Amino acid sequence: MTAAAVPLWAQILVGCLLLLSAVLTLAAAWGVLRLRDFFERLHPPALALVGSAWCVTLASMLFFSLHDGELQLRAWLIIITLSITVPITTVMLSRAALFRARRKPCGDLLPPPLHPEHTIESAGPGDTRAG
Amino acid sequence: MSAFLAAAIAVTLGAYGLASLLLLVRVLRGPTAQDRVLALDLIYGIGMLTALVIGIRYASHVYFEAALLIALLGFVSSCAMAKFLLRGEVIE
Repeated sequence: MTAAAVPLWAQILVGCLLLLSAVLTLAAAWGVLRLRDFFERLHPPALALVGSAWCVTLASMLFFSLHDGELQLRAWLIIITLSITVPITTVMLSRAALFRARRKPCGDLLPPPLHPEHTIESAGPGDTRAG
Repeated sequence: MSAFLAAAIAVTLGAYGLASLLLLVRVLRGPTAQDRVLALDLIYGIGMLTALVIGIRYASHVYFEAALLIALLGFVSSCAMAKFLLRGEVIE
């Protein structure tokens, strides 16, 4: 169980993918730290949770396929799990943030509504939750 | 394992640690609760990536299950906190 069985070009490719994921993750963390309000900070985690996760997962699949001598695709589970869970988390967090920002408005923090005729007080006919 | 791959793994793990520290600043300083939840969710994701990279480092399949568990637990906890921020309780 040593990594000597993996050819050199594959090791270099895996290393390059890992370095790319490191750059993307640092960019995401820097963006979360530096952007001004929450609705801008929602965007950079996609860099880490999509780009970086794809890089690491592809590197893992390539490495273990060549290391074991057979196709190892178990790391696809990580991609599938993330592609289901990350949008759900983002939508729930953004809805929570919109709800809290509307209850306590503070300046330009609140983005403009997409449909101006649908305000909170009078839900339009498209809002199925209103009944 | 070639020297390039070993160096790349070390650099990657260091970058993940630095990114987690930057996010920890946002967790501690975040003006609102949803900022903290967002940063914690991203720290969970970075923990999952760290488990995968360590799995490559030791050429072991054990770390894959740990990564999957971390991803699922991060999703559940972030969803629970977002629901709490939205409604005031997790399960109504």
